[in-house]
Amino acid sequence: MKLQEFHARELLGAAGLPVPPGRVATTPGEVGVAARELLAAGAQGVVVKAQVLVGGRGKAGGVKLAATPEDAERAAGQILDMTIKGIVVRKVLVAPASDIRHEYYLGAVLDRAAQRILVMGSAEGGVEIEQVAREKPDAIVRVHAHPHLGLLDFQAREVALALGLTGPYLADAVAIAQGLVRVMIANDADLVEVNPLAIVRERAADGSERERLVCLDAKITLDDSALPRHPDLEARRDLDEEDPADTEAREQEINFIHLDGSIGCLVNGAGLAMTTMDLVKRAGGEPANFLDIGGGAKSDTVAAAMRLILEDPKVQVILVNIFGGITRGDEVARGLVEARAQQSRAVPMVVRIVGTNAEEAQRILREASFQTAESLEAAAEQAVAAGRAIGAAAGGAGR
Amino acid sequence: MSILVGRDTRLVVQGITGREGEFHSRQMQAYGTQIVGGTRFGKGGQRALDGTVPVFDTVREAVREAGANTSIIYVPAPSAPDAILEAADAGIGLIVCITERIPALDMLKVMPVVREAGARLIGPNCPGVTSPGRAKVGIIPGSIHREGPVGLVSRSGTLTYEVVQALTDAGIGQSTCVGIGGDPVIGTTHLDVLRLFAADPETEAIVLIGEIGGSAEEEAAAWAAEHLRGVPKAAFIAGRTAPEGKRMGHAGAIISGGSGTAAAKVAALEAAGFRVAETPGQIARLLMEQGVRAETLAVS
Repeated sequence: MKLQEFHARELLGAAGLPVPPGRVATTPGEVGVAARELLAAGAQGVVVKAQVLVGGRGKAGGVKLAATPEDAERAAGQILDMTIKGIVVRKVLVAPASDIRHEYYLGAVLDRAAQRILVMGSAEGGVEIEQVAREKPDAIVRVHAHPHLGLLDFQAREVALALGLTGPYLADAVAIAQGLVRVMIANDADLVEVNPLAIVRERAADGSERERLVCLDAKITLDDSALPRHPDLEARRDLDEEDPADTEAREQEINFIHLDGSIGCLVNGAGLAMTTMDLVKRAGGEPANFLDIGGGAKSDTVAAAMRLILEDPKVQVILVNIFGGITRGDEVARGLVEARAQQSRAVPMVVRIVGTNAEEAQRILREASFQTAESLEAAAEQAVAAGRAIGAAAGGAGR
Repeated sequence: MSILVGRDTRLVVQGITGREGEFHSRQMQAYGTQIVGGTRFGKGGQRALDGTVPVFDTVREAVREAGANTSIIYVPAPSAPDAILEAADAGIGLIVCITERIPALDMLKVMPVVREAGARLIGPNCPGVTSPGRAKVGIIPGSIHREGPVGLVSRSGTLTYEVVQALTDAGIGQSTCVGIGGDPVIGTTHLDVLRLFAADPETEAIVLIGEIGGSAEEEAAAWAAEHLRGVPKAAFIAGRTAPEGKRMGHAGAIISGGSGTAAAKVAALEAAGFRVAETPGQIARLLMEQGVRAETLAVS
């Protein structure tokens, strides 16, 4: 689960990391009030940032600077309700505009190959770390935190040294690097990233100036498997930004990912579900989704999965591929018969069920006149052919 | 011979009284696996599986009193890390963890302790290990196998069944099938299993099943290029059509920052001498083209 920037900043702030003040607002009026307070506290301007879980919001016009509360309200009026990569902006973050002297990258990520938390730093901040890794791999310092001991003092100093954050910044840089690892562990995150980490010049209300190291933007991704022990984080999932189908899938414990094609896939097991998509593509079709009903699914899970697939108006054909192990083929077949009786619109289905109780499944499917296939390859080909027949009919009528 | 499990496997089932634990224990027992005990704290002294298997409070007792050398874990995710550590501490050599949805950071903490104890962990979030005709420690349906020369290693569950069934149907049997699990942090990697197969005289050919995410397939390929020259090798990678940045069901199956793609894995495997199939059904033919012989005898 990805966290919104303002939520990530809160978690960093709560762990004692330096995060500039900021307010979340949902209306231009609230933005104006927040801007007025920040300007009164000495800010030289404010920045209004769209809170969406997709990259590229700056380029899309979702980040704007404002010099006055009125400007900030106007900026908020433009940003709120705009659509960035299909997501409608419902919230903005209002923060002091920063007088940035230098930008860095600092992040902690799960390194699966090393089975450690990897801390990465770079003096090339403000750009994606993947880009730095491609173009200047030597510009990244990498240190592995110990799974039991965390990031040790000397390791954090090495990171600070590699970034050139010595002298007056050393103590803060060390605290921030160690803090990222602490935040990662405390919240069961896969990724805690500060980009940019920046030296900014700040002016207080009395006009005095100072330079300090702050976390200007933060990104945190949580390990979904650990969410049951973080109900506070789960409760703050941003449902505004979630496809209702994803919400329903999660409640049904179905692994579901919406894609762009026309062939709906209903499969048990993640690897087999990916393979089914791949074979649809290989047969000349496009999968409409990834869907794994999990192990041991009962007929009601199958019915829920069918509903999810059919909510997508682009779906023309449904391909069911079940290899029974813990999952019983007859149970799935009964679920399919039930689901078809309730389904909102009639689409052709190609069903392939093998493994546990496959014979009983075949009998049920035959009696209910389902189109069946023996092999996965044949099932994919039949589904694609059924989709073409519909496409040809519709295309013939439309063109 | 086989790898990891066989006739000398003496299995303790952690969580034998649970629904999953009991169901699969019966299947394993029916397959011929020697189950010497089960554990469930508070139920020590009882018997499970129609009285055939003693229940112990702790794994240590199962080791001491029943000579357990292998454990399989069916307990829920919140207690699974503790179950793994208990088994390692009791001196179990091979621990197979079926449980899914264990937090990755828990596994980071568990792994160094397991290694220190000298134990090997398979999984978590895996279907287990089967050596056809000898022992099944996991949930892979027993009926899909036949005995033979192919060593198979895979991150998936049902996709593994698909491939094994296709091999068996084509008359190609297996020495051992190892499901290593779909999580980002696992106890035994593709490469670890390839090393074991390389040392097993009965494994004459390799099938590697991978999927998007991480770089474990690439690492295994690089090792195989050097150490498995001349051994027939076929592979299949799931997720050629998976979009970037989405977790495809398995916690570990995600393409991020352009790395972990199916294309990169296929290229690495081909460069290492693997024949990479486009469908699970092609794998048997790719092995036969490298000299693996299909048996025409019926499955015993």
